Amino acid sequence: MSLTTDDVRKVAHLARLGLDETELDGYARELSSILDVVDHLGQADTADIAPMSHPLDLGARLREDKPDAAIDREAFQRVAPDVAEGVYRVPKVIE
Amino acid sequence: MMHDRSIAELIAAVRAGETTPAALADHFLARIERLDPQLNALITATPERARAAAAIAPQTGSLAGLPILHKDIFCTKEVKTSCGSRMLDNFVAPYDATVVERLHGAGTVTLGKTNMDEFAMGSSNENSYYGPVKNPWNLDHVPGGSSGGSAAAVAAGLAPAATGTDTGGSIRQPAALCGVTGIKPTYGRVSRYGMIAFASSLDQGGCFARSAEDCAHVLGAMAGFDPRDSTSVERDVPDYVGGLSGDVAGLRIGLPREYFADGLEAESRAAIDAAIAQYEALGATIVWIDMPHTDLAVSTYYVIAPAEASSNLARYDGVRYGHRCDNPQDLDDLYTRSRAEGFGAEVQRRIMVGAYVLSAGYYDAYYVKAQKTRRLIAQDFQSAFESVDLIAAPVTQAPAFKLGEKADDPVSMYLNDVYTLPASLAGVPGMSVPAGFAHGLPVGLQLIAPWFEEARLLNAAHAYQQVTDWHTARPAGFE
Repeated sequence: MSLTTDDVRKVAHLARLGLDETELDGYARELSSILDVVDHLGQADTADIAPMSHPLDLGARLREDKPDAAIDREAFQRVAPDVAEGVYRVPKVIE
Repeated sequence: MMHDRSIAELIAAVRAGETTPAALADHFLARIERLDPQLNALITATPERARAAAAIAPQTGSLAGLPILHKDIFCTKEVKTSCGSRMLDNFVAPYDATVVERLHGAGTVTLGKTNMDEFAMGSSNENSYYGPVKNPWNLDHVPGGSSGGSAAAVAAGLAPAATGTDTGGSIRQPAALCGVTGIKPTYGRVSRYGMIAFASSLDQGGCFARSAEDCAHVLGAMAGFDPRDSTSVERDVPDYVGGLSGDVAGLRIGLPREYFADGLEAESRAAIDAAIAQYEALGATIVWIDMPHTDLAVSTYYVIAPAEASSNLARYDGVRYGHRCDNPQDLDDLYTRSRAEGFGAEVQRRIMVGAYVLSAGYYDAYYVKAQKTRRLIAQDFQSAFESVDLIAAPVTQAPAFKLGEKADDPVSMYLNDVYTLPASLAGVPGMSVPAGFAHGLPVGLQLIAPWFEEARLLNAAHAYQQVTDWHTARPAGFE
């Protein structure tokens, strides 16, 4: 599998990674060589094999829907880059 | 010297009043200060916090006064938790990981946080924002990764034990390359709460120490059900230390042919063969087995792990914590520049591979296919454990490579993990046990047990360490 610089631009957009134009060639080459390794999977016979999403094949554990100890809002917001009056600030999204 | 004593001896000395938690902390803090500049094994040393904690540490508790280092992937309240990334260079965790909390509760004293590949992605520790860790056996060589700082620190006697995490080999491989004992428990055995996520269906916490007996002490305090981790398993933790009989007579040990094929370097092979002969001398039965899907592990892992990573690392958005770019023009600019600046090249590669294999049109061909081949690999272990009690194999194909040797070639770095990935994908517990030297560098013997049989694993390693002394070797300059 060979990725073009256009493919890299698209996947970088999906992942919200702001790449420089100068980085696209290098990433196209590296991602292609990684996908070459991964393409080996195509040779495996997986007819009648169920996908395995969890190593222990356990389902999700549920708990009673009861309120737990509340998190410390102030402590959690102390590590945020920009907070005002208890809310996270981001660039304006609505005119 | 204190750093040559076992954990059992250190705890006994504290209990008997022969030493104090404060004296232990001082001894190891002095070694960190003197020796770590050569190694770069720590991202953050916390001497003041350690001394304050040691001063009030109880002299009881299963690990009373034991100094410990935590991989910088575990959240530590009020202490920087970087995960080896610029993204979290400014992150001071608001809470403790369960592992940190439990070890603290058992009486350990935290000396600092260890260096690692960024977000645990790497096999050489060269992907750290804080620079590579050096291997104490030869400073021109890598310590392995991603828990390279923890492995190097224990090898150099900077702490009696350190925590680590293993997603595809990140405890076993650096343990092997640094000549220390490391255990990756069964998936779900140790809580992932507060352990920064890389690939959630694979990540598992464990530890490094100098011997299996030391690991048994530390793992016993770390393991167990945690309601705050939805993948934590509700199952009692056996007494790992009490289970160390040292008896392996009658144990059936399987050697997978696929792990001894071309590619295994000759001197490493000789060390592994000698270790296996040692088990035979101890009364174990050695049989060759087949694990026919082993060659699918690398390709399976490098779909599943990046896919999960791309989802997990979507949380780093420059809004709630972590790096934020200067003067964002709009929300998209905030996301894309914060992420491009905050993540290193290997993390960006894996995020993009993950986004690609999960994207429309490729999901079935890559992601679902890899989930199916993952089951084939797990079934190899299931069938193997119908006829053997334990699997023995090399951890790596060769001893530690040189810094920079593979740094420009992500694929050759990935192929490095060929012997550790299958156990990770299956979720079974694995260990690396020092088994000699090749070209002057340590070789690790890998032992793999069935799901939740950590006690069997630790006992088998302990038996070997009763009749060999590879695990007590100390690199020159770090005596």
